[in-house]
Amino acid sequence: MLRQEFVARGFMYAPDATFDEMRAGDGAVRPAYRDYLNWYEDQESRFLMGKHRDAEIAFRRTGITFNVYGEDEAEERLIPFDMVPRIITAAEWRRLTRGIEQRVSALNAFIHDLYHRQEIVRAGRIPQRVLRDNAAWLPNMVGFTPPGGVYTHVVGIDLVRTGPDEFYVLEDNARTPSGVSYMLQNRETMMAMFPELFTRIPVCPVSDYPRRLAKSLAACAPSGTSGRPTVAVLTPGIYNSAYYEHAFLADQMGAELVEGSDLRVTDGRVAMRTTRGYEPVDVLYRRVDDEYLDPLTFNPDSILGVPGIMDVYRAGRITIANAPGTGVADDKAIYSFMPEIVEFYTGEKPLLPNVETWRCADRESLAYVLDNLADLVVKEVHGSGGYGMLIGPAASRRELARFRRKLEARPENYIAQPTLSLSTCPIFSRSGLAPRHVDLRPFVLVSPDGIEIVPGGLTRVAMRKGSLVVNSSQGGGTKDTWVLKD
Amino acid sequence: MLGRTAHGLFWMCRYLERAENTARLLEAGFHMALTRDVATAEEEWRSVIEAFGQRAGYEAKHGTYTGHQAWNYLLRDPDNASSVLAMIGAARTNARAVRNAISGELWEAINESWMEISRLLARPVAQSSVGEAVQIIRRAGTAVHGAITGSMLRNEGFHFARAGTFVERADCVARILDMKYYLLLPSLSYVGTSLDTGQWDQVLRSVSGDRAFRWLNAGRIEARQIVEFLVLDDRFPRSLAFCHSALREELAALARMHGREGDSNAQMRAQATRLGELTIEGIFEQGLHEFLLEFMEANHAIARAIAEDYRFLS
Repeated sequence: MLRQEFVARGFMYAPDATFDEMRAGDGAVRPAYRDYLNWYEDQESRFLMGKHRDAEIAFRRTGITFNVYGEDEAEERLIPFDMVPRIITAAEWRRLTRGIEQRVSALNAFIHDLYHRQEIVRAGRIPQRVLRDNAAWLPNMVGFTPPGGVYTHVVGIDLVRTGPDEFYVLEDNARTPSGVSYMLQNRETMMAMFPELFTRIPVCPVSDYPRRLAKSLAACAPSGTSGRPTVAVLTPGIYNSAYYEHAFLADQMGAELVEGSDLRVTDGRVAMRTTRGYEPVDVLYRRVDDEYLDPLTFNPDSILGVPGIMDVYRAGRITIANAPGTGVADDKAIYSFMPEIVEFYTGEKPLLPNVETWRCADRESLAYVLDNLADLVVKEVHGSGGYGMLIGPAASRRELARFRRKLEARPENYIAQPTLSLSTCPIFSRSGLAPRHVDLRPFVLVSPDGIEIVPGGLTRVAMRKGSLVVNSSQGGGTKDTWVLKD
Repeated sequence: MLGRTAHGLFWMCRYLERAENTARLLEAGFHMALTRDVATAEEEWRSVIEAFGQRAGYEAKHGTYTGHQAWNYLLRDPDNASSVLAMIGAARTNARAVRNAISGELWEAINESWMEISRLLARPVAQSSVGEAVQIIRRAGTAVHGAITGSMLRNEGFHFARAGTFVERADCVARILDMKYYLLLPSLSYVGTSLDTGQWDQVLRSVSGDRAFRWLNAGRIEARQIVEFLVLDDRFPRSLAFCHSALREELAALARMHGREGDSNAQMRAQATRLGELTIEGIFEQGLHEFLLEFMEANHAIARAIAEDYRFLS
């Protein structure tokens, strides 16, 4: 389709210079969006506006909300949902999954190596100091291999796109990645709102994620487990920002949703208090951070965890997913070594490139970063959620100066990356479709049986025009992610 | 099922029931006050506030008893931890905590009721809106019970939820009766007057028992029959006898599922024997107020035993 046709049909869809996933530079509609756009053009705008409103009501009624830290505790907010799907072709997805599988298997091998012989350090591929300075390093994990040899049972790989075949990994989430409930609920909402779309367009289903997760976790049960393993989801409780997701996944898996106060160690097992007494748990899908897991081993003030669980774990009598100490592999300092890490453990060139990264701990890099601050994105090594980062091109002169002082004071706390031109996707707005920047988080399951990736993921979208920040804590929204069938 | 989940289901239903009964009692008080002049209506409002043990909290805030103050205190005062709004919120918090133990329909019924009631009670309630508020709260109860009966698996969770409902309902109805009989009766000379009958009529309405009572008693309203109806008639779903016979069934079902009887079952059996031997004459001989206090204490003891038997907290 030509640009003129767009305008003629009332689409004032004008992406800027960055890569747009629906429309090519010459105005043509890319293959992924052809069927969808045909359908969209046939809809009356009143109908679409109505659906747009329905979506919010549906989300509020089912209570898919999240709590924002720093706001009124009782406040539950909705993550904005955009009803235009983000669409990926089967061929694009196949390429992506190969890259993700490679990266995730390297991550597991890497973590195992770090807690055993540290071959990669001996080989001089990463410096010892990166480990020494790493706050997520757990001495208790040294020399211990978790059941099934699996460290990262669930991984979320954050990807950004900059061109037709250009996907970059922005972040590896190897601790407790969240957001999968939005992937599932967004699809449910879309199917309820636009059932006819799914009969017209062949979209890969995502709904079996919980079943696959349950199976994958069960496959990682301790070797002595007899019968069907008992799986429980450990949540910090209803005031946690991701509580909805914890409850949702436990529900979908038919697993118990437990809090620290429900668990205790008895007879060398971790057991949950039921109405019939204490019953042992085989696999704990924990959604609390390492430091809160065991007050005897880590933070003594934690009431979220289970005293003594680490001893049971080291005795091989419970599986903790993800394994404690996996955080060593996903901080931003390690990130910059991922190309070397992938190559070291798989013997192959990485299929998915990293974003170029300057480690400010290196003197030369720091000098470069300070010279080019206004063009770079600077992140805290241990930060997440988009907090504490600087987006150079969007920052004021004063913010730049303040950040410069922080950098000079503690350079090892920061890494810097170029400002990527994230791809855009259409969202629904009052004046029709409008391009907004997006990223993508596919969810990856690891078990001794292999690596599985559900065809889809969480697409986060910056709802404000021109904004590059997609984090839900900062006003980003989500949309359904379609992987088309061949 | 987790002990904490059982606890959450039990209290989810208790809070809902208490919210509903507070609203019902408020409605009764409202109608009683309407039929009196402003000066004497103070009595009614004080009794309503006192029935649910909220007198100290209310008087710390207000020096006088007026309708506007009273119903706003009961419905929505942020300083009142037992307001209808707070209890609906507590019910929803419990529902959130046990979300994977309840059906989606039940969660939506509770969540939607909470949204509607919070919206309604976001601002002070005017006299003209009291009726509407009470009606919406009652309807929320109906929606939730409908969702429980119509969509919940008959597993232990169902029985914990229902047990919570009947424990709380028994307590609330006993309180409503006590309010009428003990708090609202300034002197014996009132007995049998039109004021007295009017109050009894409101008590019946507050438990939606007016029509049933008229069917059974051909339109006559007498204190004795009303008490007999609300205490002993096990056909009426808000009578004390009905609540405890239903509670007994729920506890028996739980004992069957767990393969053992606990202290709660033993106490329930003793209570059933006591209620079974009761006559209306016996109740008045003992004194209705004394009887009701004893009943409420037995009811609390059963609730405590349930929490122990099924490891709600430890």
